[in-house]
Amino acid sequence: MQSRFVAFTSLGRKALPNHYDLFAFALVFAAFIAVTHVSHGVTLPLTAPESTVVSLDYKLLPYYALRTTLRMFAAIGASLVFTFVYATLAAKSRRAALVLIPLLDVLQSVPILGFLSFTVTFFLGLFPGSILGAECAAVFAIFTSQAWNMAFSFYQSLRSVPRDLIEVARGFGLSWWQRFWQLETPFAMPGLIWNMMMSMSGGWFFVVASEAIAVGDTTIKLPGIGSYLALAIEDKRIDAVFAAIITMLAVIIAYDQLLFRPLVAFAARFRVELSAGQTQEKSLVAQVFARTRWMRALMRGPGELFQAIALLRMELPLRTSAPGSQSPALSRVIDIVWVVFIGLATIWAGWLIIDYMRQELSVSDVLQSVLYTIFTMVRVILLLALATLVWVPVGVWIGLRPALAEKVQPLAQFLAAFPANVVFPIAVVLIVRFSLNPDIWLSFLIIFGTQWYILFNVIAGATAFPNDLKEAVSNFRIRGWNWWKNVIIPAIFPYYVTGALTASGGSWNASIVAEYVKWGNDTVSAHGIGAYIAEATADGDYPKIVLGVAMMSIFVIMFNRLLWRPLYALAERRLRLD
Amino acid sequence: MQDHPARTSLASKQNLLEVKHVSQRYQTGSGELGPAVLDDVSLILKEDEIVGLLGRSGCGKSSLLRIVSGLVFPASGEVSYLGKPVGGPVDGVAMVFQSFALFPWLTVLANVELGLRAKRVTKDEARRRALKAIDLIGLDGFESAFPKELSGGMRQRVGFARALVVHPNILLMDEPFSALDVLTAETLRTDLLDLWVEGRMPIKSILMVTHNIEEAVLMCDRIIVLSSNPGRIAAEIQVKLHHPRNRLDPEFRQLVDKIYALMTKRPAPAAHGREGAFPGLGFGMALPRVSTNTLAGMIEEIAAEPYLGRADLPALADSLQMEVDELFPVAETLQLLRFAEIEEGDIKLTPAGHRFAEAEVDVRKKLFGDHLLSYLPLAARIKLVLDERPAHTARAVRFLEELEDYMSDEYADRTLKSVVNWGRYGELFAYDETSETFSLENPQ
Repeated sequence: MQSRFVAFTSLGRKALPNHYDLFAFALVFAAFIAVTHVSHGVTLPLTAPESTVVSLDYKLLPYYALRTTLRMFAAIGASLVFTFVYATLAAKSRRAALVLIPLLDVLQSVPILGFLSFTVTFFLGLFPGSILGAECAAVFAIFTSQAWNMAFSFYQSLRSVPRDLIEVARGFGLSWWQRFWQLETPFAMPGLIWNMMMSMSGGWFFVVASEAIAVGDTTIKLPGIGSYLALAIEDKRIDAVFAAIITMLAVIIAYDQLLFRPLVAFAARFRVELSAGQTQEKSLVAQVFARTRWMRALMRGPGELFQAIALLRMELPLRTSAPGSQSPALSRVIDIVWVVFIGLATIWAGWLIIDYMRQELSVSDVLQSVLYTIFTMVRVILLLALATLVWVPVGVWIGLRPALAEKVQPLAQFLAAFPANVVFPIAVVLIVRFSLNPDIWLSFLIIFGTQWYILFNVIAGATAFPNDLKEAVSNFRIRGWNWWKNVIIPAIFPYYVTGALTASGGSWNASIVAEYVKWGNDTVSAHGIGAYIAEATADGDYPKIVLGVAMMSIFVIMFNRLLWRPLYALAERRLRLD
Repeated sequence: MQDHPARTSLASKQNLLEVKHVSQRYQTGSGELGPAVLDDVSLILKEDEIVGLLGRSGCGKSSLLRIVSGLVFPASGEVSYLGKPVGGPVDGVAMVFQSFALFPWLTVLANVELGLRAKRVTKDEARRRALKAIDLIGLDGFESAFPKELSGGMRQRVGFARALVVHPNILLMDEPFSALDVLTAETLRTDLLDLWVEGRMPIKSILMVTHNIEEAVLMCDRIIVLSSNPGRIAAEIQVKLHHPRNRLDPEFRQLVDKIYALMTKRPAPAAHGREGAFPGLGFGMALPRVSTNTLAGMIEEIAAEPYLGRADLPALADSLQMEVDELFPVAETLQLLRFAEIEEGDIKLTPAGHRFAEAEVDVRKKLFGDHLLSYLPLAARIKLVLDERPAHTARAVRFLEELEDYMSDEYADRTLKSVVNWGRYGELFAYDETSETFSLENPQ
């Protein structure tokens, strides 16, 4: 079902990072360091623009919710444009793919919340004194949480367009532009929409986190739910926290009903399958829309305009070379030049990083960051295990009861979209009140928002468990531990891996927000890389931010390559039920 | 044919399409050119004829069709259309696909219109022509349906309408009926032939690829038989029967038998050892994917009444409801393993084949294993490596890489899979899929 659309660069057995990863990693962090250097000189001290005063008046909440939602849409728009350009480039050019794909893989593992301080300073520098800079920074933060997996999904779809459809398109002389809109984009649509929706669900978390940012002494609060919440925390107003939670609930419900469901139902049309699917995605809103007369009439104009644009030929004047016209020898020479160039760029970027680290940081800093990252990793692993123990049985139980699953599944998807950081303050209040150990109790916040991915994927897996197998199982009276080990766990495993993978990625990111939380003047922090980065951000200590984020990225990449990818490959090869 | 005024003598017709000395090679995984798919193929397509390219899978007939349509460039040789060299997809050539290749997100009408709209035909004109084509091909009433709502036969009609709507001179068909069930395929064939004979289609000639001998005899004016590995023109046969042709007509049957014999004739031994065309032996021989159950079933079938050890292939194909493409690999694997002999379109069991037919399961497995070792160099090789090594294990990659020197990656993969399956049945060795390792021990 939906979880087919997980986006991975490659599922080969060679999961260990290779030299291209090294290149991508060096480049990403060299770029960050360069941005730090630039923004350092230009923009300090920062002045927060005047117009960003936020008040705790309840009446303003709908307006703030709207602002937050608009930010979200700006980011998804940017992500779509990025996806179309980046993924198309990577899919059409073998040489570009050598660079772009590892780069995307590394970017996906960078906990972008840690870099919020840089992006804010950078964008404020671009638009000095204007609120636009802060808005751009917030949108950029959401963008970075959304774009990568969408681009991956699109890239993979472009690479797997059925050969006969390509031949039809070429045979009829479709131009590259026509082919893109008539064939490639529609083909990629189900995967793209599903990833877009997953991205948006994850994005709410970032929109809340990125609206109110304190870098050193400068605090920026953009009008929005996130800032409202931050102010409520500062003023210790628990009622306002609840008001924010309720508003967020309303926003997510509206998003779920008005966008998520209709779009997923719409995407079903683009599936390349030769029989009508058994799983029908339903959307009340889409059904109502399909019955209205005026709304459809209203949409006809834009629809036809889009069709006309999609049918433009847009020939490129310089694309005359027929395939195969380039001599293999010349092509090989260009390859070599390209690889050498990549190698040099890697060395240069690596040198830049080492140089920066040497100037600003000591060995003990590095060791400390490694230790803290290990703390956080242990936390992520333990909590994933805990969430697995709880939600796998629950998910299986629900999934095997189709009537119940139909009701619970939307709820789980809804919970996954709900930004968990909105409820963090309540946890903090409890921890402060009862003097609980933050190293233990803050850990739960890490998994709080991401556990639902495990739940709804397991439900999907159990729902898809074939009926004849169910009958065989009861016929042979397979029960108890034997049933779990040999029947249901293998059956849901591919789905579980998809969910756990998403949960794991989200948890690493959440640790930056979850390990270091405030309630008025009380600060509760746990030992971990997330708190390390958050503290460094609060102090405006740029080298430590870079170090912390880099260390976390390395761990996340290793985590993905050494654990999730082999598991996913195993699931793909051995445990598919079709 | 004679009832169409324009179709009289072929000699005076214009050459629509000329294929001159075309060769094509496999592209191996590393991007280098591998063994040949097509070797020095030349043919001419004239106006007012249906030409069939008949051959088995792997003879490069689909490659040839793609070269003709300008979708793929040959490694050497030239294709010219109306006297001009083909350098890309040509306007006057349209293709019908085995898999239909419809865009699932477009309605029937939009699928048919797409080719026209892409070419800047105005909306109204495109609509008019599309409706006409839909009408012609018998799709009236289905204009707003999506492909997934249609049956296979209806989908292929959309495929035809989409090809005809651009008014091509040449219609290319890549096994257009082989994904359909027998009844649907027959209806569609008849409808198409009716339109052709009555001259109602806006096309001048048809080039079709098929592996179905009867289909070729039923439809074509000329049949070009391709041999496999690499694809060469083995024979060209004129079919002078009048439409509508009758499958039970003795002349029809004779022709079918003749082509069967042609296609099962042993090729002359390959000039240099590397190529090793199928029944010719050698390590680098591409093996078909045939299940041991099918092999055993076939031996039993031939041994039993009414064949008693010797069967006529067309009759066998008929009684087993097997297409040539399924039947030939089975028959040839039996020949390779010396369980049967093929001659003159007949298949005859060897004494070993008779013994196999009468034996119990364990004896059969032993016999099969022995024959694998004696007659299949790859199996013998794997066994030898396993015996020699102290640990008695070997990675599959090792053999796969050796095979890839002789054939495309895809064929190498299939060949190894076949050997694994046959070897398992013959209990020669065990194979662990997870670690991709051969070993001598069976798991406990």
